Amino acid sequence: MSVDRRQFLAWGTVAAGAALAPGLRLIELAQARSPQEAASVLQRWGLLIDITKCTDCDRCVSACHEENGVSGHERPATDAQWIRTVGLRDTRTGHAQTLPLMCQHCEHPPCVDVCPTGASFKRDDGIVLVDKHICIGCRYCVMACPYGARSFVHEAVSGQKADVPRGKGTVEACTLCVHRVDRGEAPACVQTCNRDGGKAMAFGDLNDASTEIHRRLRSEPSRQLRADLALNTGVRYQGL
Amino acid sequence: MLRFAVAVLVAVLSVAALADGQKTRADRVALPTIKIEQGDACVAPTSEMRRDHMKFLLHQRDRTVHQGLREPRHSLKNCVDCHASRESGSVLGKDGFCASCHAYASVSIDCFECHTPLRQRAATKAPK
Ligand code: HEC
Ligand code: HEC
Ligand code: HEC
Repeated sequence: MSVDRRQFLAWGTVAAGAALAPGLRLIELAQARSPQEAASVLQRWGLLIDITKCTDCDRCVSACHEENGVSGHERPATDAQWIRTVGLRDTRTGHAQTLPLMCQHCEHPPCVDVCPTGASFKRDDGIVLVDKHICIGCRYCVMACPYGARSFVHEAVSGQKADVPRGKGTVEACTLCVHRVDRGEAPACVQTCNRDGGKAMAFGDLNDASTEIHRRLRSEPSRQLRADLALNTGVRYQGL
Repeated sequence: MLRFAVAVLVAVLSVAALADGQKTRADRVALPTIKIEQGDACVAPTSEMRRDHMKFLLHQRDRTVHQGLREPRHSLKNCVDCHASRESGSVLGKDGFCASCHAYASVSIDCFECHTPLRQRAATKAPK
């Protein structure tokens, strides 16, 4: 997908856009919750992505699809896609940027508003999910998402990962690697970006003032995609 | 003495007849293959598991997906880890633990359209 940079920015109110902070570190996750402890409203998981460090690699995409067992049938129009890289180009100067785009884990998710069965829901800690046990595959949420972040599974699936059941006839999207988060790990894209990529992605609790992500959001400029929609996304970008 | 011999004979015959009856019944209806290959006990007494395993699973499903509670006890992954066949590594297939009893009881479930039926790690003890 390629979007004109102007148009892309026009999606949101153009906030400040100053220089960027170096030194993204791998998130310090406070502690894994115990399996008997429910997700809590005191937390809000999010991502901060510094796209000035986002090189042309697509390691986050392959890491995500590997972790979640998302494999396609070489049919780009219908294959599921949990994360993708979007190219932006300024038509006047030709300045090009790339950014990874996935479910933005909105505080006010349109997908949840339109879901007729309650399958789309926001977990207490801010992670927006599909309960595939309830999903009837109507795809209203796919239409409602302003980020095009959701996919429908069109074909029977085999070889699923034990942690990530997937099957035909349901909608799915980035889960922020909820199975890893519940074990106290960062999402696969973040881990891989920090290990093999441009170290552009940070993950953490947006509510916890002691985290790296909170500190940077507090002291450095960042923005939400389509901030005009006031969805209050959990995924924030820098350097856009 | 005679009476004793008759008693013995009757006993022998009735045991043989019983075995015979069981054999013909088994030939007519393919009984489920319930082969327990590992673990010394299930997560609940067998009689309770037979009756209520689906309730445990559906309850756990909602707890995990909506609240992020990942207690191992009634987790589907966990049933699979313990009950998968040593040979095929799966709970499905002709003699698969879940599949063969469901075939016998004429139950069809869709869980394994999404969930893997394959064991991920060896389970030996029932989790608390
Ligand atoms: C359309 C796909 C789909 C189908 C069909 C499905 N599940 Fe799930 N199931 C999921 C997903 C996705 C999760 C969330 C996995 C996670 O976050 O760890 C899940 C999680 C679970 C969990 C909690 C995790 C675990 O392994 O213990 C249980 C229990 C469960 N499902 C039971 C069932 C049962 C029982 C059935 C059949 C009646 C079933 N599911 C059918 C997709 C499916
Ligand atoms: C001893 C036989 C037996 C075994 C073994 C067994 N089941 Fe069942 N299962 C049943 C019966 C009988 C029913 C239907 C009960 C009813 O409808 O009241 C059932 C129903 C279910 C249901 C609910 C289906 C529905 O649509 O309501 C689920 C889910 C299920 N079983 C999962 C499993 C899984 C997973 C395994 C393997 C770990 C398993 N069962 C092993 C006998 C068995
Ligand atoms: C630690 C290993 C272990 C785990 C985990 C486990 N089981 Fe079992 N299960 C057993 C054993 C051992 C038996 C046989 C108990 C006996 O009869 O002595 C059994 C028996 C059963 C039976 C009755 C079979 C019969 O004889 O009719 C059912 C049904 C069953 N399990 C379903 C499940 C389900 C569903 C789960 C997941 C919620 C599960 N089990 C988890 C070990 C396990």
